[in-house]
Amino acid sequence: MNEMLFFAFRNKKLRIGLSIVLFFVFLGLFGPLISKYKDPLEYVGTGYQPPSKEFWLGTTTFGQDVFTQLVYGIRSSFLVGLIGGGLATLIGLIIGFFAGYEGGWIDELLMMITNILLVIPTLALLIILAAYLPYRGILVESIIIGFTAWPWTARAVRAQTLSLRVREFVNLARITGRSHLKIILYEIMPNMFSYVFMVFILQFGGAILAAVGLDFIGLGPTKGISIGLMMQNAVLWNAIQLGMWWWAIPPGLVITLIVGALYFMNTGLDEVFNPRLREM
Amino acid sequence: MLEVKNLKLYYKTLKGYVKAVDDVSFTVEDGELLGLAGESGCGKSTLGNGIVLLKPPMYYMGGEVYLDKQKLPIEDYEKMRNFRFTKVSIIPQYAMDALNPTRKIGKYIQEVLLSKGIEPESVINDLMERLTMVNLPERVLNMYPIELSGGMKQRMVMVISTLLNPSLLIADEITSALDVSSQKAVCLMIKDFKDAGIVKSLIFVTHDLSVLYQIADRIMIMYAGKIAEIGTTKQLIENPVHPYTRMLLNSLPEVGIRYTERLLKGIPGQPPQLLNPPTGCRFKDRCPFRGSECDEEPPLVKVEEHHVAYCWKVKANA
Amino acid sequence: MLEVKNLTKAYSVGPFGREKFYAVDNVTFEVGDNEIVSLIGESGSGKTTIGKMILRLTKPSSGKIFFNELDITTIKDIKEYYRHVQGVFQDPFSSYNPIFKIDRVFEMVREEFYPDKNQQSWRQEVARAIEDIGLNPPEILGKFPHQLSGGQLQRLLIARALLIKTKFLVADEIISMLDASTRIDVLNVLIKLKEKGLSVLFITHDLSLGYYTSDKTVILYRGSIMEYGDTVKVFKNTQHPYTKMLLTSVPTVQQKWEKSNISLHGRETPKGYCKFYDRCPFGDEKCKNVELVEVEENHKVACIKV
Repeated sequence: MNEMLFFAFRNKKLRIGLSIVLFFVFLGLFGPLISKYKDPLEYVGTGYQPPSKEFWLGTTTFGQDVFTQLVYGIRSSFLVGLIGGGLATLIGLIIGFFAGYEGGWIDELLMMITNILLVIPTLALLIILAAYLPYRGILVESIIIGFTAWPWTARAVRAQTLSLRVREFVNLARITGRSHLKIILYEIMPNMFSYVFMVFILQFGGAILAAVGLDFIGLGPTKGISIGLMMQNAVLWNAIQLGMWWWAIPPGLVITLIVGALYFMNTGLDEVFNPRLREM
Repeated sequence: MLEVKNLKLYYKTLKGYVKAVDDVSFTVEDGELLGLAGESGCGKSTLGNGIVLLKPPMYYMGGEVYLDKQKLPIEDYEKMRNFRFTKVSIIPQYAMDALNPTRKIGKYIQEVLLSKGIEPESVINDLMERLTMVNLPERVLNMYPIELSGGMKQRMVMVISTLLNPSLLIADEITSALDVSSQKAVCLMIKDFKDAGIVKSLIFVTHDLSVLYQIADRIMIMYAGKIAEIGTTKQLIENPVHPYTRMLLNSLPEVGIRYTERLLKGIPGQPPQLLNPPTGCRFKDRCPFRGSECDEEPPLVKVEEHHVAYCWKVKANA
Repeated sequence: MLEVKNLTKAYSVGPFGREKFYAVDNVTFEVGDNEIVSLIGESGSGKTTIGKMILRLTKPSSGKIFFNELDITTIKDIKEYYRHVQGVFQDPFSSYNPIFKIDRVFEMVREEFYPDKNQQSWRQEVARAIEDIGLNPPEILGKFPHQLSGGQLQRLLIARALLIKTKFLVADEIISMLDASTRIDVLNVLIKLKEKGLSVLFITHDLSLGYYTSDKTVILYRGSIMEYGDTVKVFKNTQHPYTKMLLTSVPTVQQKWEKSNISLHGRETPKGYCKFYDRCPFGDEKCKNVELVEVEENHKVACIKV
C-alpha cells in the first residue's frame, strides 16, 4: 500500500492530472461562495460586457454574470459525473461480476442484455428518454446517463472476473466451502480494486461529456445552469460571431481541461497499479 | 569460445541493488556444452540473459566478456545488435510463447532475417536442412504457431535462433515447460546442433542436473549469485566437492529409489536475499560444515584438472 | 477410501459442437486407506481434470466417484465432503490471495469449519499444524505470500488440510514449481502424514518422484489408463509400450539416454482404438477396444500386445 502511494506521488501524469481536477473541484465548491452574485440566471448588469472588475468573465447577452454561471455549472457537471458515473460503474460492476463468476445461462442472459444496450445508439436513447420526461433536473439527467453507460463497464468487469475466477486462490476458497457471494466479495473484488477505480474515473469523465452533449442540444435540465447549457446559449445567441469570447470559450475550455485531466490521471494510475509499467 | 571475467550484473530496485550475478568468471571452449545449473534466484538466468540481452532493470556493474577473443559490449544494448543472432544467440525461457501468433512461421522467419539485413533466399537451404534435423516437416513454415504443440514450437525456436550459425548459443530453461518425451528430443537435438558445428559452443541453463548429466560436457553450479563449483560432467557427478553440490545431488530422486529404502534429504533453509547478501560464503547459513573462516570470501580451489570449487572446506589435490 | 469408476469428462468441440473431445475417458482406479497413489501423465493426459472432478470443482460427464463407498454426488452439503477431501494445487503463489496475509487462509478454515471454536485454542491448533509440517510459526504467521518461499507456501497448504482433519488429499503437481532442494522436504511431509493416516492422490508428470513416494501408480495417456498397479511392479516389470517409453525418456544421473525412434508427431488414432496408437511402434488393426487386463497380482495393463 505504501509502495503504491510512493509511486502515486512520483508519477508526473497523476500529479498534473490530479492537480487540474482538484483545482476545478475547489472552483466548483468555493467559486459560488466568492462570486459576487448568487444567482447565475439573474440579470445583474448590462449585456455584452467583456471581463471587468465588476464581472470577472464578463456578461452574457442578457446581462448574466458569466463567472457565476461557470462556477455553478462546474458544480452541476461534477454532480452529474459523480451520480451518473457512479451509477454506471455500480450497475456495470454488479452485472459484470455475476455474469463472469456464475457463467452458464446467467452469463448468457446478462450478456444478451448488455449487448443489446451496447448496440442501441446511446445518444438516440438519451434523446428519446430525455424528450419524454416533462421535468428534467440534474438528478434525473444523471440517472438516465448512468443507466445507459454501464454496458461497457459490465463487459470489462466480466472479462476481469473470468480471468480471476480461474486463479487457484478462488479454487482454494471453493474447496473451503465458501459461498459464491463471499468469494466474489472477498476474493475477487479486492483484486479488482485498481481496475474498478480506473473504470470509475473513465465513467466520471464520460458522464460529464454525455451531460454536456445532452445540454447542448437542448435536452438538459429544464431549470438551473450547467456548462453544456452555457455552451448552448452561447451558440444560440451568436456569442462567437459577436466576438464575445469570454462567454464562448471558457465553458468549452473548462470541460476539455476537466475531462482531459481525468483521462490523463488514468494513464498515470495505470502505471501506479501495474508494477510492470513503472520505470525504474 | 567465451571468456567471462569478474562479471557483475545487478538489478536496480526501489530498495537498492540486488546482486544477482556477483563477480563470476568462467570460460566455454569451442565445441563445448556448458551446463549452468542452480536453483531459482542463483543468477543463472540473469547471467545467460545478461550476456545477450542486458537492459534495465538489469545493470552492468563490472567485468568483461570476450567472444572469440573479441570484447562484447554487453553494457550497450544498441551496440550488441551487431552481435545478436549472428555471433551470439539466445533461446529465452518461454521462447515458444514468443512466436508471433498472427504470423505464419515462414513469414515470421522472413521478417526476422530482413530486419538483420539478410536475404531470406540465401539461407533457405540451411533452413530446410535444420528443419529435417529437428524432425519438423516443411509444411510447418506455412502454419501458425497455435497449430503446433509445445515441443514443436520449442524446436522451431531452436532452428530460428541458430539459423545464422552463431558462435555461442545460450539456451535458458528451454525444456522446463515440456513433457518428458519432448524434453529428451529437444535436448538431444540441441546437442546434435553443437556436434554438427552449427553452433560452436553452448550454454545450457537449467535447474535439472539429470538433464545436464545427459548432454553437458562441463557443468557449472551457481548459488546466490556466485559460482560454487565447475567441472566436467563426470567429475561433478562422481566427485562433487562443494557442500551445496553434494547436498543437491543427494536430494535428487531417481527411479529406483523409494523412501522406504533411502529417505532423501533436502537442504533446510533458503538462499539468502541478494539485496544485502551475507559477507563471505553465501552458502554458510545452510552448510553443515560451516566454520569461522566462512565469513571470508571463499578462495578458488583447484580440485583436479578442469575441476574447481569456491570453498574453504575443500582441499586442493594435484 | 476413494474409488473412481468409469469416470469420463467430455467437451463439445468442432463446428456446432458436434464432436466430442474426451479429456478423461472411462477411468477406473482406487485409493485405499493410508495409501499414496501417483497419477502420472504428460500434459493432455487428463490428470488435472481427474483431480478437479474429485475435488468437485468440475462435474463429470459420466461415471461415478465413491468416497468410503458413498457416491459423492449424493452428499448434498458440500462442506461435509470437503471435511474429508482436500486439495493442494500447483502454483503456490497463485493459491494465496496476494493482498491478504497468509493467516487468512487459516482464518477461512475456522470460519467455515469451526465457527464455534474460540480464537485462543484455534491459534494453538494452527501453531501445532505449522510445526507438524516442519516450519516455525513465529517466522510464518503475519507474513504476506510474496514474503515466503514456494516451499513454505506449499507446506502451509498441507497444514491447512491437516487443520480440516482431512483424510484424503489431492496433490496436483504440488512440487513442480519448487526448487530441487525443497521438493524433497515437501514430499517427506506427505510421507510422514501418510503414516499417520492420510491418503494422497499424487498427480505429477515426474516419474522419479512418483516412484519415490507412492505405493500404487496409474499411468495415464490422453485420458485413458495405460498401466496401473503396485509402483515397484509397474516400474520394474513394465509392460506397456508407453510406460517403457516414459522410462527411457526420464533423465537420470545413473545412465545416459539411448537414442530411440519414437516419433513425436503421430498418426491419427481412429475411434475406439487404444489412445497410444498414434505413437506406438507396435500399433496395428488389432488395437481396438483395449481393456485393462491383470498381468500379475496388483498390476494391470491396457495393451493387447502384452
